[in-house]
Amino acid sequence: MRNAFAEEMTRVAATDKRVVVLSGDIGNKLFDKLKAVDDKRFYNCGIAEANMMGVAAGMAMSGLRPFVYTITPFTTTRCFEQIRVDVCYHHAPVVIVGTGSGLSYSELGPTHHSLEDMAILRTLPGMRVVAPCDAAELRQVLHETLKDDSPTYIRIGKKGEADIHPSKPELRLGKVLIIRPGSDIALLCAGNMMAETLKAADLLAANGVSAEVVSFHTVKPLDVDYLQEATKRFKLIATVEEHSRIGGFGSAVAEWRMSHHHKIDQISFGTDDVFMHEVGSQAYARNKFGLTAEKMAETTLATYRGYIR
Amino acid sequence: MLTKDTAQLALLSAKLRSRIIETSSTTGTPHLGSCLSCVDILTALYFGVLRIDASNPRAPERDRCILSKGHGAMGLFHVLAERGFYPLSDLNDYGKDGGVFAEHPPTPEHLAGIEAATGSLGHGLPLGLGMAMASHIQDRPYNVYVVLGDGECNEGSVWEAAMLAAAQKISNLCVIIDFNKWQATGRSREVMALDPLADKWRAFGWNAIEVDGHNFDELLFALSKFPHENGQPTAIVAHTVKGKGVSFMEDDNNWHYRIPTTEEVVKSKFELGVAP
Repeated sequence: MRNAFAEEMTRVAATDKRVVVLSGDIGNKLFDKLKAVDDKRFYNCGIAEANMMGVAAGMAMSGLRPFVYTITPFTTTRCFEQIRVDVCYHHAPVVIVGTGSGLSYSELGPTHHSLEDMAILRTLPGMRVVAPCDAAELRQVLHETLKDDSPTYIRIGKKGEADIHPSKPELRLGKVLIIRPGSDIALLCAGNMMAETLKAADLLAANGVSAEVVSFHTVKPLDVDYLQEATKRFKLIATVEEHSRIGGFGSAVAEWRMSHHHKIDQISFGTDDVFMHEVGSQAYARNKFGLTAEKMAETTLATYRGYIR
Repeated sequence: MLTKDTAQLALLSAKLRSRIIETSSTTGTPHLGSCLSCVDILTALYFGVLRIDASNPRAPERDRCILSKGHGAMGLFHVLAERGFYPLSDLNDYGKDGGVFAEHPPTPEHLAGIEAATGSLGHGLPLGLGMAMASHIQDRPYNVYVVLGDGECNEGSVWEAAMLAAAQKISNLCVIIDFNKWQATGRSREVMALDPLADKWRAFGWNAIEVDGHNFDELLFALSKFPHENGQPTAIVAHTVKGKGVSFMEDDNNWHYRIPTTEEVVKSKFELGVAP
């Protein structure tokens, strides 16, 4: 997703003169083509994220459309107050991009994990929270964010994520994309867990359960129209995210169910309320938190069978 | 509207001081000492320097001024009223439920003349830097002024912004530090090692000049040297007195939170030479 981001931003900047990219001392070579478009449209703001976010807000309040890019914890938790006051209080059209979200940088340890970002940014008035499932969705999201003046947070992975969409999807922010229709249960995925979610659906199918697989690329605002329909079609939904089960996508869906008194059950797949103190790859970390196709299918199947028994 | 007549500016700032003290007393609004230390700086900027038009507050090429020490809002609100952004009578609603005049400046969407909502310290300079960089990107020749408190210089984000502004040679950015030597609970040079403040800005790659922040000749002279042709941003370290203008408030940090009584308002006005 990282390379797709740099590539698509070069296109976006070439066509929209308002676009400026601010980087927190990462991706230097990644943005060479963007710098070639116009050297006034890319700034390395150094390792100073609080200032970078304020600078972005000041630019946005002056008619520009800055994209702020660095590793997720540093562009979210590190400068949360600047996002709250400078960006959201002013409703400044800043696009915040966090790279290496979730457990993408698992090997780098908990300082570089981001399992709280959606939870905290979701609380800010006016903030849109987006988690594309692959590079094709990300490319569309970048263009869509420029169609209104809402501040937006986009959490992306690193590189090498599987392509889910065979062609350019017709993506609209706040509207889900149904990846695979199904009739028994729905697996709702926000972000980079989509390949695993599709595998889980395959395993469920092998057990005679038809799972609908949905890309909930926009976590805020939630596609409540889809959820409303889902309550009529399913007794059970499962939310999937590489993020803490506290406060993220699963929580957002649970809040919606509660406030609308919907009698639909939910399984929330996400990470536990712990820091990961041992070293491990992304696959190791996912397995530790039960974020594998096998474990998700097993849990879902057991719950679903409880209904039909 | 703009004037370089320092006697006129002094009369104006005395009138503004009297109004600020009255508002503090009638509405129970604190931070009076902080407002009185920066009112001359604001008067010099808004009536001597800023290219702004109250009838077109969002003109793209206007100069920008951010009161980063947002707790001086009461001072700024009176300055903006006097500058014609809204009638003075609007301030009768100061602090009332449902109004916009809070203890800190609201967003530009909610009050004309405001460039940024401040109150949490250390935000104004990064915002101002972003606005100054935008003028380069968009080829719009305006200047950006940011008024900082000395206590506010405790915040790391101030120095993050200082380094980026110098690296990018953002010469149309001017910081004025209201150096009143106090922060909420103590002497600002004791709470944190603030001195030598002007040298700190120089070491960060800025032009720095020290002035008496209550002397309009010195303030206007320093502001006339900005933007500097050497391409560096400018810092004006304005030595000020907290509670300036009223003998029993001057350099007494109790007036960070104290509210003047009716008698104290009368006494203040007498000292300021303003009719009661």
